[in-house]
Amino acid sequence: MTGFGGFLLRRAVGTVITLLAISVIVYVVFYVTPGNVAQITCGPRCSPAQVHQVAEQLHLGDPLYARYGDFLQGLFTGHDYSTGTSVEHCEAPCLGLSYQTDQQVTALILTKLPVSLSLVLGAMVLWLLLGVGTGVLSAWRRGRLSERVLTAVTLAGTATPVFVIGLVLMIVVCGELRLLPFPQYVALTDDPEQWAWNLLLPWLSLALIEAATFARLTRAAMLETLAEDHIRTFRAYGVGERAVIGRHALRGAFAPVIALNANNVGSAVGGAVLTETLFGLPGIGQELVHAVKVVDLPVVVGMVLVIGFFVVLANAVADVLYAVADRRVVLA
Amino acid sequence: MSLVRVTDLTVDFGGLRAVDGLSFTLRPGAALALVGESGSGKSTVASALLGLHRDTGARVGGAIEVAGVDVQRAGEEELRGLRGGRAAMVFQDPLSSLDPYYAIGDQIAEVYRVHHRASRRAARARAVEVLDRVGIPDAPRRSRSRPHEFSGGMRQRALIAMALACRPDLLIADEPTTALDVTVQAQILDLLHTLREETGTGLLLVTHDVGVAAESVDEVLVMRHGRVVEHGPVADVLGSPAEPYTRALLAAVPRVEAARAPSGERGEVVLEATGLRREFGRGKGAFAAVDDVSLTVRRGETLGIVGESGSGKTTLGRMLVGLLEPTAGEVRYDGRARAGVRPDVQMVFQDPVSSLNPRRTVGESVADPLRARGERDERLIRARVGELLERVGLERAHQDRYPHEFSGGQRQRVGIARALAAEPRVIVCDEPVSALDVTTQAQVVALLGELQRELGLALVFVAHDLAVVRQVSDRVAVMRGGRIVESGPADQVYDAPRDPYTRRLLAAVPSLDPAVAATRRTARRELTEV
Repeated sequence: MTGFGGFLLRRAVGTVITLLAISVIVYVVFYVTPGNVAQITCGPRCSPAQVHQVAEQLHLGDPLYARYGDFLQGLFTGHDYSTGTSVEHCEAPCLGLSYQTDQQVTALILTKLPVSLSLVLGAMVLWLLLGVGTGVLSAWRRGRLSERVLTAVTLAGTATPVFVIGLVLMIVVCGELRLLPFPQYVALTDDPEQWAWNLLLPWLSLALIEAATFARLTRAAMLETLAEDHIRTFRAYGVGERAVIGRHALRGAFAPVIALNANNVGSAVGGAVLTETLFGLPGIGQELVHAVKVVDLPVVVGMVLVIGFFVVLANAVADVLYAVADRRVVLA
Repeated sequence: MSLVRVTDLTVDFGGLRAVDGLSFTLRPGAALALVGESGSGKSTVASALLGLHRDTGARVGGAIEVAGVDVQRAGEEELRGLRGGRAAMVFQDPLSSLDPYYAIGDQIAEVYRVHHRASRRAARARAVEVLDRVGIPDAPRRSRSRPHEFSGGMRQRALIAMALACRPDLLIADEPTTALDVTVQAQILDLLHTLREETGTGLLLVTHDVGVAAESVDEVLVMRHGRVVEHGPVADVLGSPAEPYTRALLAAVPRVEAARAPSGERGEVVLEATGLRREFGRGKGAFAAVDDVSLTVRRGETLGIVGESGSGKTTLGRMLVGLLEPTAGEVRYDGRARAGVRPDVQMVFQDPVSSLNPRRTVGESVADPLRARGERDERLIRARVGELLERVGLERAHQDRYPHEFSGGQRQRVGIARALAAEPRVIVCDEPVSALDVTTQAQVVALLGELQRELGLALVFVAHDLAVVRQVSDRVAVMRGGRIVESGPADQVYDAPRDPYTRRLLAAVPSLDPAVAATRRTARRELTEV
């Protein structure tokens, strides 16, 4: 168990360092990006005096290290902000206030995160089932007509943009067949049933794209395993094709599927912008794109850190699963 | 009633005929060896006995009857009952022949449950029983290990246990000892022998190693290009072969008993190592692969370094060439301390397939040392490469071909040409012939000897095969656990070994004479019992 405890500790320390590095990079990138942040934040109709005041208020004139120091301080101990008329306390971990809305970024993220997680985790279940299932099927039926059809379908899936699949799904399912209402986000805590029904189409459109990749990966990994010597052993001992495929070959596909899944889950938390936009889901991705457009630095940094955290978390989970699945792997 | 009856068997892969009109029978309880070099079709025959070519695209003709089953006509169910149930295959290369993800006991139990209505518990108990039978110590606990936690010899035992699980009438062993050290090989062959004595199982042994066959079977069938060359009782075929091919094959097999033909003049010491030590790993995981090794090599002489896997012989070879820095000690060349690689000391590698870049012509590979020395004149380079290829028995025009167009022996010749390109005075050969068939092996060994006489090369010949090492070496060093346990003139080490480990190694070498093999087997029993 010391091994596992040590692994967690090393991972935790590594995560913190990674996230701090990401925050530094985002700060530097935004610092050197040309454009008048105060003007953008204040709006097109602001007078030069007003713009100047905004710049003062946001400490835009301070040197980079001072602003970053402020950010770190807020992150670990909390921060007090004067909004002109009153003083607002932002508790640690404080990611600052939005330039645009003066809203606390931590609170903003907490409202967006459940939406993104609902979308991604639900879609993940679907893409794993669909993708791995299709992969197994096409590895099993390799060389036959059904396999070629499956390959063609998955290839088409990879090649179709999410907004095409999503739009078609919406037009057919909600418009023509009227099986479902047009999706609208309902929180899981408010009404689990409505949550699921409303997310069904977003899940499907995100999952269909991803499933294609998983199907191809599963198929390739299984075919590779099927060519290995130990498969020949079991065939030579009269073990049936079903057990050979389901027990021995599928196991070989486990590792690459876990690795790819970790990547996809991590990046989809912030990267499912198209799906979120198409279905009007107020998630992290949409908010992030908006924040980048208006150079809302605190929001961007906060969101990027959250996304980074999920990528790192997903990979750590993958490493643990990997070691559980294959005893030859030692966690380090 | 025969256990196996094969009549006029042919196997075609696309346009290639791998087996061509082969017929033989095997009585219940008898043992037959299919002996041949790579590409002779012997493994294809073994697979055909279990109908493993079905649905692979291979065309199988003729009649195959195994344990009363007509393999050509049997239905899927009947075939599955035969496989593992009545005829069980012991595969080669034990690391990849077991599923890396499951416990060894579970894999054996799975096979058992295919053929017997048994509970998981009962199947697991049977797995432990057979593992114990093949000599896995503490079988109940070790049955929960995964393949990578077993040594090579133990994995081979586990595969034999799997074959025994359903008490088959026939064992088909496909190169069961090829990946193993000579002492472990002897143990496995002895195990197969005892099991056959006890259970009366028939054995079909597929091997490239005539010595292994001599140790284990009653009858030998020599194959070449998919056809039978010679078939008869083992003592007759190996003792007085009738066919020229069998005679050539036997002549090529290196004998551990035969002394080396005296070599040319010996000159001054060119390479000298003192107190060499190399550690790998750090902290608690650190271990010394080579520990306090000193040696000298003279001009025109061959130093053989022999040892089993893990003895540190490859690490030592790499340090001599300068590919690895020693942790302690030094390598002196011409009396001067030396660091790093230098053109005077070259290496020939074991695997001629992976030590040549498949995407470059062999000419480019051989030219590398020339270019490294600063040669820029393309015409000169081509001429020199052509010369080198001719020198090693290839053709000038071969330099524009790619490695896959050559056979294993030819690729090794390319490797030697590349080593010669730097005009070295010392060549370290790391298992230069262990991937080759015996006849090819003999040719490559002869080439090395010829080059040595002509160019006055000093050779360091690193290998696990005791007979090959004796064939080429003037002096021999026996390595074990990173140290040299015994060294001296080859004849002295082989004929009057002082160290008990050397004696055990020599006792484990398979003999070509079945009578000698039987005596050695008894001697081994005594050695292990002591």
